Amino acid sequence: MSTKNEKIALDIEAYLKEHENKDMLRFLTCGSVDDGKSTLIGRMLYDSKMIFDDQLSAAESESEKYGTTGEKIDMALLVDGLQSEREQGITIDVAYRFFTTENRKFIIADTPGHEQYTRNMVTGASTADVAIILIDARKGILTQTRRHSFIVNLLGIEHVIVAINKMDLVDFSQDVFNEIKQAYGELADELGIKNTYYIPLSALNGDNVVDRSTHTPWHTGKPLLELLDNMDISKEIKEEDFRFAVQYVNRPNLDFRGFCGTIASGSVKVGDDITVLPSGKTTKIKSIINAGDITEKNREATTKEAYAPMAITITTKDEVDISRGDMLVHTKALPRVSNSLKVMLVWMDESSMQVGKTYDIKRGTSVMPGVFEHINYKIDVNTYERTEVEKLELNDIASCKMVLTRPIAADKYKENRQTGSFIVVDRITNNTVGAGMIVDVAKREEETKVKVHREYTEAEIALNKYIRENFPEWNCKEV
Amino acid sequence: MKTKEKLTHLKQLEAESIHILREVATEFSNPVMMYSVGKDSSVMLHLAMKAFAPAKPPFKFLHVDTLWKFHEMIEFRDNRAKELGFDLVVHSNPEGIAMNISPFEHGSKVHTDIMKTEALKQALTQGGYDAVIGGARRDEEKSRAKERIFSFRDKQHRWDPKNQRPELWNVYNTAIQKGESVRVFPISNWTELDVWQYIYLEGILIPSLYFAKERPVVEYEGTKILVDDERMPKELREKAKMEMVRFRTLGCYPLTGAINSTASTLPEIIKEMLLSTSSEREGRLIDKDQIGSMEKKKIEGYF
Ligand SMILES: Nc1nc2c(ncn2[C@@H]2O[C@H](COP(=O)(O)OP(=O)(O)O)[C@@H](O)[C@H]2O)c(=O)[nH]1
Ligand SMILES: [Mg+2]
Repeated sequence: MSTKNEKIALDIEAYLKEHENKDMLRFLTCGSVDDGKSTLIGRMLYDSKMIFDDQLSAAESESEKYGTTGEKIDMALLVDGLQSEREQGITIDVAYRFFTTENRKFIIADTPGHEQYTRNMVTGASTADVAIILIDARKGILTQTRRHSFIVNLLGIEHVIVAINKMDLVDFSQDVFNEIKQAYGELADELGIKNTYYIPLSALNGDNVVDRSTHTPWHTGKPLLELLDNMDISKEIKEEDFRFAVQYVNRPNLDFRGFCGTIASGSVKVGDDITVLPSGKTTKIKSIINAGDITEKNREATTKEAYAPMAITITTKDEVDISRGDMLVHTKALPRVSNSLKVMLVWMDESSMQVGKTYDIKRGTSVMPGVFEHINYKIDVNTYERTEVEKLELNDIASCKMVLTRPIAADKYKENRQTGSFIVVDRITNNTVGAGMIVDVAKREEETKVKVHREYTEAEIALNKYIRENFPEWNCKEV
Repeated sequence: MKTKEKLTHLKQLEAESIHILREVATEFSNPVMMYSVGKDSSVMLHLAMKAFAPAKPPFKFLHVDTLWKFHEMIEFRDNRAKELGFDLVVHSNPEGIAMNISPFEHGSKVHTDIMKTEALKQALTQGGYDAVIGGARRDEEKSRAKERIFSFRDKQHRWDPKNQRPELWNVYNTAIQKGESVRVFPISNWTELDVWQYIYLEGILIPSLYFAKERPVVEYEGTKILVDDERMPKELREKAKMEMVRFRTLGCYPLTGAINSTASTLPEIIKEMLLSTSSEREGRLIDKDQIGSMEKKKIEGYF
């Protein structure tokens, strides 16, 4: 019995107490077909006891059918999910897996590495704090390594673990390891990746996965799991400005009007001066409900202060007009408000992106029509070369100018992953056709300054809404 | 301002789930939450009660009653609905009732098809729901690992694994056409351990079937099932023995295997789960048929 199991058996309550204070880390695994991604994940789940006997025996019987490892159980079959995939022996979609240690709960985004699956990798990377980039020790840095690193960096992942796998096939050679490490270091510098960590690995045999391998006495770094378990992933100060997108207006009766949402960044206290964007109206925080504090007995629990990523409900001192999609921020730390944005766009659909065509842009909780007015350049994910193009195809990544029918309060993605990101939805098929990251926000303050003070009738408001929804190309403003 | 504190993993999961529930409530015109009375449903109900406080959840709760659920589940369900005042809708397939479907007589496949899959489709069509909130988790089964949080269904409630919408950050695409719908899984990122720990920490009520007790059970199709009523064939009932057992999942009593256990408190259940060597679904007969059976059922429209 392991020490962990002993603790569970002896004093479960103490064990539970310890686990109450775990935090969470999301990571992405990138590698091309056959680099050993599934094997590595299977190994982590297996070694951290996330695989049960029945799943193991299912994998055993499947190993005989589809496996590639001869006598041993194919760890990859523990994780490769959909049937079609099992038959083809490849990973074609983003899959999420979970395991836990005493310090952390981990969420793995397992994504395919081929160029035609760039969109899947982008998807997996969007929520990850850390990326593991697999490199086959025999092959070294390949085009795909450049591609994976580019995407990881583009999506704002600040910690990259370079897992040099299949070390067993190069006799655990320190020279091979060092060569790859040096070459990757140059790539990381070129891209500006902040933190890199290197580990010599054999996913198949478990070297340096959970325990330090005896085959690599020259390696002083931590084994993979220990590294993941202790990594400091706290954010840059800049992400700490208070940002809160209003998600839902809660109005159970005339006495209560609460604005529900999730704090994207920073913290907020009762009494704070806040500004509603894009309208620019100001008020103070009257009360805060942290939904997490609500119990069956106390359905009115309030708190003095709340912070990201809590799901809260705010009430305000004054009766200002606030609705879904508005952003509440501290009056002393305002973001820019504009309808003109410079963005990096990843195209995710088979039908190409057309310059000037109207798409729905969903950023946080607001959805509004917008167009890509201009493609500045398309970037090659393998060579990082920039080219001029007229339109974008599936998996293309490009710098574009995006113009929305309404101004929004926006941050740069580099500074705030929540308020700086958006998805693009096709207005006919409703598919998610693109994902974007805000690079810069134009100073177009005149947009919000011009305000006509006039009372509108309900019919006029309805007409305005009709025009905005059906004729976005008129750029009609909301009244 | 600097954030000093960090949320624990359970509080982060809780906040994420509440965010999802609010997104559904505001973006869809007629959402419904599936309430199956099990532990995952209990957690979902708890989250829904938090998300909209001080108001009640602004959507209905749907229970598809196969009429073969454990009796205690039905009692528990009705008590909860009364205590918390949520809006409960119960549906059973009238055709199945007319045919007097019994898992003992017709087998698990026919029973599940008619009383569960078909009944669910009927209930969803009748209710005209455009968003159906379910308690499935990605750790439950391999094919679930790729399920989106907002999972699109066509007009026939079908799922197309090859044509899923990319889902990035916490920005969910909620756009659908009339007649189409989405399945929403707010606790996708929770594991079985997270669910149990959360139930323990929050003091969430769950049916006592989860706790070990002396109960009358019989061997049936390779598992032990509870003698829950007279509809169990007499020759089976006669073989009943009292044993200390509990259930890891709750469903139709003839199709849900009991496990021998002495765990009668939450910490003991968690301890047993952590030290056990078989996954939670082992006791559920439906999955045993073949590899990828859940995947097939989903494509056909069973959640
Ligand atoms: N010798 C050796 N083989 C490995 C190692 N890791 C993975 N493999 C093998 O490489 C092949 C591809 O592995 P898989 O995990 O499916 O790769 P994926 O396509 O990246 O998911 C399989 O036959 C594995 O058994 C390793 O560390 N050493
Ligand atoms: Mg794989």
